[in-house]
Amino acid sequence: MDITWYLVLSAFIFAIGAAGVISRRNPLVVLLCLELMLNAGNLALVAFSRMHGSEAGQVFALIVMVIAACEVVVGLGIIVAMYRNRLPIDIDEMSELRG
Amino acid sequence: MSATSYGWLVLAFPLAGTLIIALGWRVLPGRLPGWIATSAIFLSFLASIGALFDLLDRPEEERQLVDSAWTYAATGDFKVDLAILVDPLSVFMCLVVSGVSFLIHLYSVAYMGGDRGYARYFAYLNFFVFSMLLLVLAANFVILIIGWAFVGAASYLLISFWYRRQTAVRAGIKAFVINVIGDVALVVAAFLILNNVSSLDFLTVFDDAGKAFAPNDGTLVAICLLLLVGAFAKSAQLPLHTWLPDAMEGPTPVSALIHAATMVTAGVYLIARTHPLFELAPTAADVGAIVGCATLLFAGTVALAVTDLKRVIAYSTISQIGYMVMGVCIAAYGAGLFHLMTHAFFKALLFMGAGSVIGAMAGIQDMDRMGGFKRAMPFTFVTFLVGALALAGFPLTAGFFSKDEIIAFGLHRGGGYAVLAVLGYLGALLTAFYSFRMVFRVFYGDAVPEARELEGGHIAHGDPVNPMTGEPEDTDVGFPGPEHYVAEREWPMKAAMGPLALLSIVGGYLAVPGLSDVIEKFLEPTFGDSRFHDTAPTDGAEVLGLVVGGVISIVGIGLAWWVYRRKPGTATRLRERFAPVHGFLVNKWYFDELYEAMFIRPVSTIGGFSRRVIETDFVQGTIVGGATGAVRVGTSFARAIQTGYLRAYALLLLLGVAGLTLYFLINSS
Repeated sequence: MDITWYLVLSAFIFAIGAAGVISRRNPLVVLLCLELMLNAGNLALVAFSRMHGSEAGQVFALIVMVIAACEVVVGLGIIVAMYRNRLPIDIDEMSELRG
Repeated sequence: MSATSYGWLVLAFPLAGTLIIALGWRVLPGRLPGWIATSAIFLSFLASIGALFDLLDRPEEERQLVDSAWTYAATGDFKVDLAILVDPLSVFMCLVVSGVSFLIHLYSVAYMGGDRGYARYFAYLNFFVFSMLLLVLAANFVILIIGWAFVGAASYLLISFWYRRQTAVRAGIKAFVINVIGDVALVVAAFLILNNVSSLDFLTVFDDAGKAFAPNDGTLVAICLLLLVGAFAKSAQLPLHTWLPDAMEGPTPVSALIHAATMVTAGVYLIARTHPLFELAPTAADVGAIVGCATLLFAGTVALAVTDLKRVIAYSTISQIGYMVMGVCIAAYGAGLFHLMTHAFFKALLFMGAGSVIGAMAGIQDMDRMGGFKRAMPFTFVTFLVGALALAGFPLTAGFFSKDEIIAFGLHRGGGYAVLAVLGYLGALLTAFYSFRMVFRVFYGDAVPEARELEGGHIAHGDPVNPMTGEPEDTDVGFPGPEHYVAEREWPMKAAMGPLALLSIVGGYLAVPGLSDVIEKFLEPTFGDSRFHDTAPTDGAEVLGLVVGGVISIVGIGLAWWVYRRKPGTATRLRERFAPVHGFLVNKWYFDELYEAMFIRPVSTIGGFSRRVIETDFVQGTIVGGATGAVRVGTSFARAIQTGYLRAYALLLLLGVAGLTLYFLINSS
């Protein structure tokens, strides 16, 4: 089985995610796009793991999922906090760290 | 227990007292802190007596004991121990310091009763006694310097005890600064000793000094002069005396304890302790003797003119310490220390009496306002009179024997020393006069309203004012308390003054020419190595000296009686007749003004210039401003990247990763 197609698909999903992160202003969508990027990475990991016939890549994918879950928890927490404080749900409005 | 164990106990009790009071001041009720402090010092005094008896049990050549608790610092083969030296000199000093301190603590228990800083006062006071005992028990220069500096700090704390009083704070700073001059001199002296003798332990240094230095060697003279500067700063000798009169801003028992009986004698102790060095450097010893003599005359003349009761006694202290310094510098060690002891008795007593009178005057210290307290305060009058008689050297009182022993020794050594001794007699005349000037002006004459009020059974209450500036004051913490106490009404004050009055008389019989020489005998192991050990005046010469001294004292008292009692207007007439002289004396020979012009003003001018030009314009403007400017300009690009937009960061990150990937791809192919 040729691995190329998997990698192309993975790169494709990654590019979609990256484009979303860069272009969208709604933090919920940004989080979704981040998930896309992470899962694109997972896909590549699993594909390589199959190619080499070792399980290490699949374990990595599991760990990435756990980390993704953590990241989502934090991200959603921030969004809820923003909502509670009646702040605009727009990441461009949150630019206090301007130098 | 051995003498050194007693020595450690002597130190431990006041330290424990300080800690207990300082940490527990919130929970200790009423006068309890005072009693804790007093009993701590009493225990310390008992331990000193224990050390004394232990020393007396030993043969004479074994009476110098060193005990080390631990090594304080070690570099190479040189080390400094936290060690105490228990020898007759240090035990003698411990007895005087802890004994007199105990009585003064007892006096303070009542005298400070109305003060809001009662516990703080006793914590300081115990700390002071601890420092002083550390100073006298030190076995090497390092521990000596530590005690020396602690004493200076305690003195600062106690002078500025009423810390919301501007004048008191200024006086405290002045005392501290002048004391630090002495500290620096002492440290440099210790450094030179270490450099030349490679040790700082007293006994080693004194043993090896003879090998390391030729007699009157330049370095040794420098060391001794530096030691003298240290001693002069602590003991308020010319030209470093100006802090002591100002130190009278502190509470009266503090004046009695620190600025009369104990701390100011540290300089005398230092010279006596380092006498082997001074004997190898006679030039320095002569300088010390001359300065001591000049000081005793100078301070005596100022005491004639000053009208602040406490300041008169302060100048009298400077003058009496002049005698002691002269004594130990002309090698009359026993006599100098004997005078130190008797002076501690009668000067503490005089200050206590003055404190009682000031209490009756509701805080006023000016003798011009006082008079006629004889009937209102019989106890204070009698004890003050005894103190004044002892100070004046009236026959058969303590001062009579001790002062004349110094003078007799000077006369015996002859030459220039005889001149100093004769000047000492002149000082004795001044002393007798100003002592009884105080007695006659305070206790005799027409009774002032305050005295009459006290006779009516009520202590005068005035508005609380600063006695120096007349400014109104609070009675809150940091100011003198609202209540005043007199010895007639407070038994602890009486209990403190009574024994001192007794000692002011019988203290002199420890060394009566031809009859007893307890002090000399006891101090023998410390001073036995002195070159002048056998140079003692004959008993006949001493008795003759005593007769002359007694006559001079009576003449001085008679003069005072004539000026203030027989012809009461004489003093005023003299003052008008010799207005310039009076002005010169009342302004304390213009020493303060001289220092103001010579040191304070130039330094503050330079300081102001540095602050304005160097600090503000150069450092802050040019260096700091330039540096921040350069950084600001240099980083404007980096700041521009920080847009704050999350998406911009993500894009940069992606571009970076893409760039790295490309780089590796190109490299690996």
